[in-house]
Amino acid sequence: MWTFFHKLGSPPWLYGIAGSILRWLLPIAVVALSVGVVWGLLYTSPDFRQGNSYRIIYIHVPASVVALAGYYVMAIAGAVSLIWKMKMADIAMLAAAPVGAALTFVALLTGSIWGKPTWGTWWVWDARITSMLILLFLYLGVMALYEAYDNKAAAARACAILALVGTVNIPIIYKSVDWWYSLHQPASIKFTGESTIDPSMLYPLLLCIVSFYLLFTCVLLANMRVEILRRERKTGWVRRLVGES
Amino acid sequence: MYFDSVAAALVMDGHGPYVWSAYGITLTVIALLVLLPIVSKRRLLRELRGEHRRNRQSESRSSVELS
Repeated sequence: MWTFFHKLGSPPWLYGIAGSILRWLLPIAVVALSVGVVWGLLYTSPDFRQGNSYRIIYIHVPASVVALAGYYVMAIAGAVSLIWKMKMADIAMLAAAPVGAALTFVALLTGSIWGKPTWGTWWVWDARITSMLILLFLYLGVMALYEAYDNKAAAARACAILALVGTVNIPIIYKSVDWWYSLHQPASIKFTGESTIDPSMLYPLLLCIVSFYLLFTCVLLANMRVEILRRERKTGWVRRLVGES
Repeated sequence: MYFDSVAAALVMDGHGPYVWSAYGITLTVIALLVLLPIVSKRRLLRELRGEHRRNRQSESRSSVELS
């Protein structure tokens, strides 16, 4: 177990293993997403109340779910970097931020596009939507904060603290649809109790959620690899790698 | 397929523009997320290779001067 942690802290090992994971995971993620999207767009029947606009669910829900999961990754990596001063944890935290920001943006935008035909408005200051907007600002804040410091060790510490403080927003996002009754519907998929979604819609949705998770993992690993190379450029192993290639 | 024709799938009873634009934007963002690290890694490697070559040249030059 401890040797595993030691390896995780080793840049060349992480660079190599991330590369070999990416080689098979990225094709799987792309195929899974393509199947899920085509299935949801063309092979499911429309919702009896919302018609075809509901098809946005197959990208809106996965983007939202993974945007939140990305925040956990960023905050946990931030905590590890603060507590154990692991450089690879900083790299993971910083690699997660742009992916999370992009997915939160997608969630807000697709939600807005879905809202127009369904609620009759592009935007409402509803608790769920507002807390997702705050999530976007937290991601962007972490990215901007890192750029703002010249001392990168101090920057990573500040980002980790911001990421950890921002976790108070996460339960608010989850609970917002139950605490404040508004336009946004409550969750249809539940781990406990009966889901209120038909299996014919549930399966493509689950496939899309899984493929978004896979894509998130791939982009996270790819971003980490670039950052590892950039930081380790002066070391022997990167020189050997560059010399060979 | 649920729709009778490609045209029907594009129109989606009037919801087509919303659905297709949402998918278009999402897939564009995902493509960018996947491509950006590939491009920046390639650029970084090119830069490092240039550095590497320069270092090697200056090393060989200094060894020539020494001899």
